[in-house]
Amino acid sequence: MIIHQELALSPYLSIAENIFLNNEQKGSSGLIDWNKTNHEASKLLARVGLRENPTTKIMDIGVGKQQLVEIAKALSKRVKLLILDEPTAALNDEDSDHLLNLILHLKEQGITSIIISHKLNEIKKVADSVTVIRDGKAIETIAKQDVTEERIIKDMVGRDLEHRYPDHTPHIGEEILRVEDWTAHHPQDTTRVVVDKVNLNVRTGEIVGIAGLMGAGRTEFAMSLFGHSYGTKISGRVYKHGSEIKTRTVSEAIRNGLAYATEDRKTYGLNLIEDIKRNISMASLKKLEKRGLVHDNEEYRVANEYRTSMNIKAPNVLVKTGKLSGGNQQKVVLSKWIYSDPDVLILDEPTRGIDVGAKYEIYTIINKLAAAGKGVIVISSELPELLGICDRIYTLSEGRITGEFPIEQATPETLIKHMTMEKAR
Amino acid sequence: MSDLDTKPAAGAQINPSTSKAASWFSHVITDLGKNGIFIALVLVVVLFSILTDGILLRPQNISNLIVQNGYILVLAIGMVMVIIAGHIDLSVGSVAAFVGACSGVFAVHWGLPWWLAIVLSLGIGALVGVWQGFWIAYVGIPAFIVTLAGMLIFRGLALVVLGNSNIGSFPAEYRALGNGFLTDLFGEFELDPLTLGVAALAVLALVVQQVRTRRGRQKYGQEVEPLVWFVVKLALITVAIGFFAYALAAYKGIPVTLIVLAVLVFVYGIIMTRSVFGRHIYAIGGNRHAAELSGIKTRKVDFYLFVNMGLLAALAGLIFTARLNLAGPKAGDGFELEAISAAFIGGAAVQGGVGTIAGAIIGGLIIGVLNNGMSIMGIGIEWQQAVKGMVLLLAVAFDVYNKRRSGGR
Repeated sequence: MIIHQELALSPYLSIAENIFLNNEQKGSSGLIDWNKTNHEASKLLARVGLRENPTTKIMDIGVGKQQLVEIAKALSKRVKLLILDEPTAALNDEDSDHLLNLILHLKEQGITSIIISHKLNEIKKVADSVTVIRDGKAIETIAKQDVTEERIIKDMVGRDLEHRYPDHTPHIGEEILRVEDWTAHHPQDTTRVVVDKVNLNVRTGEIVGIAGLMGAGRTEFAMSLFGHSYGTKISGRVYKHGSEIKTRTVSEAIRNGLAYATEDRKTYGLNLIEDIKRNISMASLKKLEKRGLVHDNEEYRVANEYRTSMNIKAPNVLVKTGKLSGGNQQKVVLSKWIYSDPDVLILDEPTRGIDVGAKYEIYTIINKLAAAGKGVIVISSELPELLGICDRIYTLSEGRITGEFPIEQATPETLIKHMTMEKAR
Repeated sequence: MSDLDTKPAAGAQINPSTSKAASWFSHVITDLGKNGIFIALVLVVVLFSILTDGILLRPQNISNLIVQNGYILVLAIGMVMVIIAGHIDLSVGSVAAFVGACSGVFAVHWGLPWWLAIVLSLGIGALVGVWQGFWIAYVGIPAFIVTLAGMLIFRGLALVVLGNSNIGSFPAEYRALGNGFLTDLFGEFELDPLTLGVAALAVLALVVQQVRTRRGRQKYGQEVEPLVWFVVKLALITVAIGFFAYALAAYKGIPVTLIVLAVLVFVYGIIMTRSVFGRHIYAIGGNRHAAELSGIKTRKVDFYLFVNMGLLAALAGLIFTARLNLAGPKAGDGFELEAISAAFIGGAAVQGGVGTIAGAIIGGLIIGVLNNGMSIMGIGIEWQQAVKGMVLLLAVAFDVYNKRRSGGR
């Protein structure tokens, strides 16, 4: 039984209905026995340690819990082998721990699990043996006692990666962007404050990190800032080089020199059925316009330039972006925004779901952007990543900025402490 | 941007070991694949000219083919644009009928000059588009629902305007839109010299444009097809245009409908392939969220798409009314389905993001040839319907199969 990275649950059905989808619990009449369904579901939920009513709809529970429902569904079919594809990609640390402990628990009950993951610390924690796959080939299988992160990384990259993060010597200038009291409310439940009086600033040549758990309002902050793309009742002020700017629509935000590369490139970042060329030009067609028409040869030239400079691995720029790997797709997204020539780039989870080698390339690109005098905001749930590339890190919790740390003062412990800081009630 | 990483891209070079002949062949194959729909049209034409003992390709019939299908082709242009953006429009038949009825009131009842009646009618079509576009783009109701409602609303309004009777006897200039011909400007000849001249100019313009595009691409280091294949293709197109022009010249000359169509295809072709607006339509159809977050004003684009569709539906209504010289309650019945079929046969994707004006036109012509060919053969309307349904299904199935084979999604 395979559990995919993108969960295969129907959001409008209840937990119990999802668990027994295509395995419906029938009574003697041949119709669905709802009492039995819900009762059995409760038992399975207890096994995976999920305290929820089985009649709750999937859309009303968080991703972490949905993941557990998937496992409960697998258990209902009496699986012997469970394959989990990036099970913790969308989970926060607490939920991840719970899930990994559950897998260890299942192991004791005789259920074998295969976890596909790029989170090395997790693998080290739970795996009895690790097989590294690169370019469609199994590179090596390592027994538990020999597993080290360095060894896995070496296998994944195919070369020794002394530094997981490229060197970065900051040349920080004056303030380029300042956000004051930025507040946004939930689009459906307008009484809920999702982004709460956020204040932050970015200077030229600076890489600023935003650390926060899932649901802390990181993406919500970025998207509400970028053309009010998220939320309602948005308030607050934005200053660029000290003078106030408006970002009420995406095109206004772009005109004012902002760019936002989304955390979910397949849904929000790329037109997967179009080629690389047209994706790169998508946000800047006006630049290519000549006498009312798009200058397509120029577009081709520009795209080709980015293909070379960003090292997008494709034979030419006419390849559809849907056929590229995650890392190359991300490079296309970054090309699109770099071509729009912004002053400040907000990169939301820029390395989510891409392999270690491509991550290094993305970090290099981020460094070069900073070196070119841009302000870069990196949103990430991977602390080592933020600690590895940023000059300054803000922590975000429940929509509020709870701390600000120059990189010298930032340690994982203090960051996590501030990321989990709750509002005084 | 050149200050960014400058490693050479992997696979940047095209494999040099591929022999010349093989690359030649692969170009022909890809072109055949891309133009599969065009080949389908040729096959359908060949099939029916055999089945009808050549009647299909007689000058008079070729001329009729254009005039009879003009309004469907006009609708197909707007429809494929709507479909590319991921919408649908079910109301075009009713809108055509409604506008036809209004034009009857303007031109016949009120006795307005023909040009004023046409301008007013087109304005009404645009207003209908504004109405539907408002609900779809700014209120956010799915186009399927809005235009399904529109289908009923405008059919009803057409009947209200007609008041239970037909409106007929339109002015001659108005009627020319549907069945006029541009001919005999240089006196009477066996073959109309104007038609042949226009065709020659069209071929010349096409060749010049193609050569310039090719040179431009070469200048920018893009791969171009082998010269021989390029020339062969142009020659084939020239022969086709020549044959077509000969047929028209031997009959009555250039139909006015064809002139209207040619202008539309040219203008909308450029809009869809080269203008920012066209690009935005494809971007929206491919991924609406990504388009929005790239600063594309999706609502505005949606709105203008439907305004445009209303305008083209009005034009189709005028052409149809002019051709029949009658605005009646049954006008435009089923037009929407033929236009939608044309777009899909022409390669548009149901999910949006894919499709071309040229494809939709060829799709429309395939339907037209099927209609015309089967009518000549004396096949009843009931079987014609069934056959057209099958063709639509097979065309889309073929497309889906092709995409799956090539690994696309």
